[in-house]
Amino acid sequence: MTANNRTTKIEVPILARVEGEGALDLEIIDGKISKCELRIYEPPRYFEKFLEGREPNEVIDAVARICGICPLAYQAGFANAYEAAFGIELTPWIRDMRLLMFLGEWIESHYLHTHLLAAPDFLNYRSGIEMAKDYPNEVLRGVKLQHLGNEILKLLGGRSVHPNGMKVGGFYRAPREEEVAALILKLEAALIDARDVVEWFSTLPFPDAEVPFKMVSLRHPTEYPVFATEVITSDGESFSINDYDEHFREFHAKQSTALHSTTLSGEPILLGPLSRINLNFDRLPKHIQEMAQATGIKWPSRNMFHSIIARAIEGYWAIERALEICRNYTYTDTSAISYTPKAANAWGAVEAPRGIQIDHVCLDEHGHATSIRISAPTSQNLPCMEANLRSSLEEFGLDKPDDELRLHAEMVIRNYDPCISCSAHFLTLNVTRQ
Amino acid sequence: MSAQDKLISLARRPKIAVHKFSSCDGCQLALINDAVSLLELATMVDVVHFAEAGPLDEFAEVDLAIIEGSVNTRHDTHRIEMVRSKAKYVMAVGACALTGGIQALRNFTDENELRNWQHAVYPEETQVIIDEDLATAKPISAYINVDFELPGCPINTGQILRAIRQILFGVEPERNVDSVCVTCKHAGVTCVMVARGEPCLGPVVADGCDAICPKLGRGCYGCYGPAKYANMDAMINKLKDMGLSNKQIQHKFHHINSQAITFHGLGKKL
Repeated sequence: MTANNRTTKIEVPILARVEGEGALDLEIIDGKISKCELRIYEPPRYFEKFLEGREPNEVIDAVARICGICPLAYQAGFANAYEAAFGIELTPWIRDMRLLMFLGEWIESHYLHTHLLAAPDFLNYRSGIEMAKDYPNEVLRGVKLQHLGNEILKLLGGRSVHPNGMKVGGFYRAPREEEVAALILKLEAALIDARDVVEWFSTLPFPDAEVPFKMVSLRHPTEYPVFATEVITSDGESFSINDYDEHFREFHAKQSTALHSTTLSGEPILLGPLSRINLNFDRLPKHIQEMAQATGIKWPSRNMFHSIIARAIEGYWAIERALEICRNYTYTDTSAISYTPKAANAWGAVEAPRGIQIDHVCLDEHGHATSIRISAPTSQNLPCMEANLRSSLEEFGLDKPDDELRLHAEMVIRNYDPCISCSAHFLTLNVTRQ
Repeated sequence: MSAQDKLISLARRPKIAVHKFSSCDGCQLALINDAVSLLELATMVDVVHFAEAGPLDEFAEVDLAIIEGSVNTRHDTHRIEMVRSKAKYVMAVGACALTGGIQALRNFTDENELRNWQHAVYPEETQVIIDEDLATAKPISAYINVDFELPGCPINTGQILRAIRQILFGVEPERNVDSVCVTCKHAGVTCVMVARGEPCLGPVVADGCDAICPKLGRGCYGCYGPAKYANMDAMINKLKDMGLSNKQIQHKFHHINSQAITFHGLGKKL
């Protein structure tokens, strides 16, 4: 480095308002970003290894502990994998209840993220607590919607963090009809709030953060994707989740020692709400498509900052779909299908709130795991996040004061709703720490 | 010194910090997940550091540090001491902070096996992991003096807000001494073990969850750790009578709270 080079180093030691703990190192030399590293210092926990030899339902309980924010994504991903492995055909009742419960997680996660974690960025507050002083009604409305998501999780799982209701083949218990009916009025009221949230967010000032990469999501045969076995991309590809490895690869990125995902040719990929809505716009009911158009955003959008709107629209859809399931609910004695474990390998995937969660199990003749693979959406998104940061910060203007750069960088990262504790069962700290 | 004496000098509006170690973030969520509780918390105390919720001031002097997670890296052994040195009181919350949590299952490996795990999960940059990993995932109390503990995987909102209120009143947070069975009896829940033949750890597990699993018709699997008075030998005999193998019984206790002394040794009958 010569003396007349301007070198700026920005360290964001802890990223606020993301789940789990990560850090970003940014180095600017001569007006160009020379280093942009997302450091994740979540200690390894080795779920893949200590779950070897465990029974299927023990694994369902255990994988919730990968992430307190989206425990159900892991439980559902693994349940799907076990059910595929054992050839279990779920009843329509079980499929509906699985969807209802998972929509609860979408609702909880989306309204938590948009209101307490993301919206303060757009309105220049340091936290949701601070924003609540000036926007009490908006924050309370978001919090109420989040709470409703938790109530759905509680109905089917007893609690919202590490719920206990799901098992391989179905549920431990079927809710009584009056318990489900109690949700209907709340969901109806929530629908109005959810529409107002979409309108509110469409008035936010949106910076630009173009994502030029391949967008990837699940595809459901008839509706907006939550559980599905088909993957589609913005390049028009379509394939089964069983062929995931033929399209994407996971690898250790040297600078961060984190497992990243890219296409086989090394291109970053984007998972999550923006990819989902772009690729599945036709799967939204007509009136929700119209609501999305009325925000003034031209879909498909490649601006990462539109993720907050995508979440609000998905939130609305989730509430409406949950309402439909609750209205049609009837009690059953058969809340689970019995099965015979067998030796098999299988994939299971779900659209977690922040993108595709895909898992693979190899099982012995007792159904005990002999090897396990877990791919969390946050880690799959990491290369995209880093590339997006580089381009977005350069566009923002690298000559801006460090504090502004730092805030902008944090804001870009938060669009991904990164869940770092999720990814950290295979992400770890960068030991270039000094 | 009793907790009452100790807490007498607590500020009326204390500063608190929430620190995360190795964990899933689920216990912090007790304060965020139902965001009304976070707003409520903000009326009682000054939240000066709580990365997941927004406020950042990691090195601030605080009255109460709330700690989630276990210690399993070299770096964290230093960080936990820093947290202690900045806090008048330390409250460890959740199974990871109290017993090492589910990741403490690594504590049953020997050096070779842990090496194999590290190579299997991090094939390319294994040395980085080896240099930083500790052989064990341990509770906070293994490293520093802890004033208060809240069990659970995860802890719940009512539990932590109650504890903070008790501390504000100068009282040590109460510890539930009953087993899950007691809650089932109070709530009139039909015993899943007696009536349905479901293996249930309720007789030896501390209550705190309000018997979620028996209410769902399934057996308790031990989120809140051992009950104060746990007859492990009788529990293990019962599970054997129900036809569970030694391995199955071992897996039941070596799960969320495997390092809790009562569960670690598994009684004499296995």
